[in-house]
Amino acid sequence: MSHLWRDVLPGFWSAWIIVITLGTIAISAWLLFANRKTDKPADADGHVETTDHTADEIEEYDNPLPRWWFQLYVGTVIFALGYLLLYPGLGNYAGLLGWTQEGQWETEVAHAEARYAPIFERYQQVPIPELARDAEAMDVAERLFLNNCAICHGANARGGDGFPDLTDDAWLYGGAPDTIVATLTDGRNGRMPAWQQLGEDSIENLTQHVLSLSGQPHDAGRAEQGATMFASVCSACHSPDGTGNQALGAPNLTDDAWLYRRPDQPLAATLRQTLRHGRSGHMPAQADYIGEDKVHLVAAYVYALGRRD
Amino acid sequence: MRHDIIEKNVGLLSVLVLVVISFGGLAEVVPLFFQKQTTEPVEGLEPLSPLELAGRDIYRREGCVGCHSQMIRPFRAETERYGHYSVAGESVYEHNFLWGSKRTGPDLARVGGRYSDDWHRAHLYNPRDVVPASIMPAYPWLFEDVIDGDAIAAKMGALRTLGVPYDDTQIAGAREAVHGEREITALVAYLQQLGTVLKDAR
Repeated sequence: MSHLWRDVLPGFWSAWIIVITLGTIAISAWLLFANRKTDKPADADGHVETTDHTADEIEEYDNPLPRWWFQLYVGTVIFALGYLLLYPGLGNYAGLLGWTQEGQWETEVAHAEARYAPIFERYQQVPIPELARDAEAMDVAERLFLNNCAICHGANARGGDGFPDLTDDAWLYGGAPDTIVATLTDGRNGRMPAWQQLGEDSIENLTQHVLSLSGQPHDAGRAEQGATMFASVCSACHSPDGTGNQALGAPNLTDDAWLYRRPDQPLAATLRQTLRHGRSGHMPAQADYIGEDKVHLVAAYVYALGRRD
Repeated sequence: MRHDIIEKNVGLLSVLVLVVISFGGLAEVVPLFFQKQTTEPVEGLEPLSPLELAGRDIYRREGCVGCHSQMIRPFRAETERYGHYSVAGESVYEHNFLWGSKRTGPDLARVGGRYSDDWHRAHLYNPRDVVPASIMPAYPWLFEDVIDGDAIAAKMGALRTLGVPYDDTQIAGAREAVHGEREITALVAYLQQLGTVLKDAR
């Protein structure tokens, strides 16, 4: 993206900067030397020359600048000129060292690339199930997970309300190595439509029916009534027996893993909300952020998480 | 020596001090007004939509800029974490700049698309719900307060005066576009577009 940086100033403005910069330095130096004094000893009567400034009858001596101060000042002038010679500072003049911000960044990145790329390359050759057992690789992967994934899935990978728990054995899209890689690479968009139009009575029946699927406490009568509607409305995605469909990312409703579950709210209330308003889950694609080699490594980490126990 | 003339005349002293310190600005700032790199938008840069603009004003009102910068510097440590370093052409429609100068929280220059809308909503409602160690304040009122949008057209007109290319249709439809929206919707819309104009940003 160097075209975003390499942009020269119009000649006039380049000259403008050079004239002001060098002019300021020249004037500063002139000011110092023009006001320079040599030490004058007191005359025979013991009188010392003053500046004629008096305040409360105290006169100001007209002594020269302290030598250390004078030398420091000259030093700053020399430093400024040396700096401007070596580094870009004078308009379009690039400096003897040819230093640029972008160049420094590129060097840094190339240096890191040379050092770390072979490590990730080596990991990429290892199949995911095998890599998941490599403690050293998982150390590196954990850091990547904490930096990139933990913000939604949590540092312990247990997820949260709307963010999948990665430590259980429930998978929305499947837990096969390739599926995890696909999820990480391209992200996922889960969408459940809203069913408010069915009416509150049907919503309640469906809620009780869904609770019954996983053996949660439920109202058996209403669950029974909800069965027909579940078959006609929900089964297309969640399958007739409620076990979900990983091709669509439709959750399995017969297990105890709940994508949407708030600690401050009974499960039934969350289910009603889901049924009324639908859900729209989005996992951003990660390949552009961390690159394919790291996707492979993080996929192994996620693979290992799901099989921890 | 006549410096007592200056020293005893505060008005003259002030004027001369101003002249002296203006040299830095004349050399460092003024030429940038004439450099394409800082005056031309990067390819594909669009002015913020009315909703995003309303979100930007909420970002300013809530003081987000006090803790979050929007300026990725060209250091590997930053580009590795946040994405491509910021370039001047991304900010030409920004009035005022929200580059910030302090990072109590992370840089947000390229936060757009990084997390889901749901994450942003959960996080702004109570940051601890998704990031347990966060010290960011919660902003629950954004979920209740509604934007009336009465001033949005005037704001866009002012921005147009400053060179942001809004057209009449956009301005005319602006109130309609934001009226009645929750503030959180506008803020999330603003956050989700941040830094997305550079396509090869990683």
